[in-house]
Amino acid sequence: MSAQAEVSRHAIRGARWRWSEAAFWLVVLACAFAFPSRYLIMADIARLALFALSLDLILGYAGIVSLGHAAFFGVGAYSAGLMALHGIITEPVAALIAAGLVAMALGFLTSFLVIRGADLTRLMVTLGIALLLEALAERFSDITGGTDGLQGIEMQPILKLFAFDIFGKVGLFYSLAVLFLLFLLARRIVHSPFGLSLRAIKNNPLRAAAIGIPVNRRLIAIYTLSAFYAGIAGALFTQTTALASLDVFSFERSADLMLVLVIGGAGYLYGGLIGAVVFRMLQEVFSTITPQYWQFWIGLVLVVIVLVGRPRMHRWALWAPNLIIKQIAGRKAVVAVPESDA
Amino acid sequence: MTSALTNLFDGVAYGMLLFVLACGLAVTLGLMNFVNLAHGAFAMAGGYVCAVLVNQAGWPFFLGLPLAFVASAAIGAVLERLLYRHLYARSHLDQVLFSVGLVFMSVAAVDYIMGSSRIFIKLPAALEGQIDFFGVGIGRYRLMIIVICGLLTAVLQLILARTRFGSRLRAAVDDPRAASGLGINVPQVFAFTFAFGCGLAGLGGALSAEILGLDPYFPLKFMIYFLIVVTVGGSSSMTGPFLASLLLGIADVAGKYYVPKMGPFVIYTLMIVILLWRPNGLFGRTAAR
Repeated sequence: MSAQAEVSRHAIRGARWRWSEAAFWLVVLACAFAFPSRYLIMADIARLALFALSLDLILGYAGIVSLGHAAFFGVGAYSAGLMALHGIITEPVAALIAAGLVAMALGFLTSFLVIRGADLTRLMVTLGIALLLEALAERFSDITGGTDGLQGIEMQPILKLFAFDIFGKVGLFYSLAVLFLLFLLARRIVHSPFGLSLRAIKNNPLRAAAIGIPVNRRLIAIYTLSAFYAGIAGALFTQTTALASLDVFSFERSADLMLVLVIGGAGYLYGGLIGAVVFRMLQEVFSTITPQYWQFWIGLVLVVIVLVGRPRMHRWALWAPNLIIKQIAGRKAVVAVPESDA
Repeated sequence: MTSALTNLFDGVAYGMLLFVLACGLAVTLGLMNFVNLAHGAFAMAGGYVCAVLVNQAGWPFFLGLPLAFVASAAIGAVLERLLYRHLYARSHLDQVLFSVGLVFMSVAAVDYIMGSSRIFIKLPAALEGQIDFFGVGIGRYRLMIIVICGLLTAVLQLILARTRFGSRLRAAVDDPRAASGLGINVPQVFAFTFAFGCGLAGLGGALSAEILGLDPYFPLKFMIYFLIVVTVGGSSSMTGPFLASLLLGIADVAGKYYVPKMGPFVIYTLMIVILLWRPNGLFGRTAAR
C-alpha cells in the first residue's frame, strides 16, 4: 500500500462517526425533552456552545489566539436585531444567515490584519477590533440604542410555521437545530483535506508552507468561517432573547468564551459543547453561593486550570470514562483527547 | 491658545502617569515575553492601599504613596514566586488565560471588600487648585505627577543603563541561558524586576485615583491602554514606552476635548494601524519574539 493511500485511509477512519458521538447527540435531545422547565438555560447553553465551536475552529484547529471573538458575535447580534426591528428580513432563518454573512464579511476583512504578526500582535489586534466595535456601537447610539440596547424587537415565526413562545421551547429547538447543522458542517470541514492542512499549519507553519500549503489563504478562510459561526451565534442570541445591547461586544464575553473552550478542550469540536454545559453549570453553582461575585470563582477556575496544566486536566477528566470503555469494549478509549497546543 | 497649552500639559501629565503604570509591563511583556493582562490589578491594589491608609487611617498623602509602592511590590513578589514563575515557559494562550483569571478574581475581590463605587483619595490642600503660569492654567496635582514621574523615569533609565543590576537584567533578557552560565541568578533577577514593576504600577494606581478614577473595574478598563503603551512603544529601551505613553496621553486628552463624540475610537484605530505598519512597535526592536 502506498504512503498516500495509508494517509487517506487513516484520515477517513478518523472522520468516521462513532457510536459515542451519536449517543452524545441523543443525550442532548433527551435533555431537551426531559427538562421542560429549563428551556431558557438550555437554549443559552446551545448558543454558547455554537459560539465556542466557532472559537474552536480558529484556536483549536488553526492555532489563532483571539481575545476579541465577541466582535463577530456582536455584529451578528446587532445585524439580526436591526433586521428584525426595521423589517428588512423578517423570516428568522433567512435573517440568521444574513447576519452570519455580515459577520463573515467583517471576519474576511479583519483576517488580513490578524494573519500578520505573531501571537502578541494577534491578541492586540483582535482585542482592538472588538473594543473598536464597542466604541462604534456606543457612538452611533441612534442606530444601536446605545447602552439601553435595541428595544422592541419582535420576531416572526420561524419558516412562518413556529412562533416563538415565552417558555422558550421553540427557541431551544431552533437553537439546537442550528447548532447541530453547523456542527455537521464543521465536522465535515475539519476532517476534509482543508481541515487537515489547518492542523499542519497549527503544528508548524513553516513546514506547512514548505510542503505547499498556502498558509495565509487557509488562515483567512478559516478565520472568515469562524466569524460566520460567531455571527450566527450572536444572531441566535438576539432572536431567542429579543435583546441586543452593548455588552455583546464586551471583553468579558470573549474571555468567558476562552474559558468555555479551555474547560472542554480545544481541537476536537466537542470541547466547546461540553465546555458550554460545564461553564453554565459552574456559573449557576457559583451564583448561588455568592450571587454578585461569581466572577471570582470563574477566575479561580481559570487560574487552577492553567496551573494544573490543560493536558493533565483532560487526562484526569477522561480517566473514568476511559476505564469504563476499556472494560466494556476491551479497547482503547474512543473519546477523543484534545491535542495539546504548542 | 492657552486652552491648547493647558490640554497639552494635561496630556503630558496623563501620559507620564500611564508610563509609570505600564513600565512594569514593558519589562514583563516586552522583555520577558510574558503576556500579563493582570498588570492593572497590581495598580488597583496600590491605589486601594493608599486610599485606605489616607482616608481611613488618616495617614498623610505623601506617606501613602510609598506604601502603595511597597504593598504592590510585595503582592507582586509573592505572586511571582508562587504562580507566575511556573508560567514563563508556557504558551501565550496559557499566560492569557491565567492572567485573565487573576483579573476576574481581583475585580470580584475588591468589589467584595471595598464596594463597587469609585473612590477618591483625600488630597492635601497644597495639591488642589491651579497655578497661573503666564496665563496658562496648570493644575498643581498634575504638576506633581509630572515631577514625580519624570524623576522616576530618569532614575529607571539610569538603573537600566548604568548599574550592575541593569546590565544583569539586560543580559538575562537577551539570553537567559548564557546569562545563568555567567553566574547571573536569572530567576532572582526576574523576580526582583517583576516585583519592582508591580510596585511602580501600585504607585501609579495611587496617583491615578484622582485622574483616571479608581474602581474595581480598573484592571479591565485600562488593560488596553497598558498593552498599547508596550506594544506601540516596543521594548528595546525605556524610551520607546515612554514616548508611546506621552503620545497616547496627549492624543487621548486632545481627542476627548476636541472630538468628544469619537470617544476612544481614535486611539484604537491608531493602535491597529501602528501595529500593522510596524508589528514590533514604533520604536521597537523585538516586541514579539
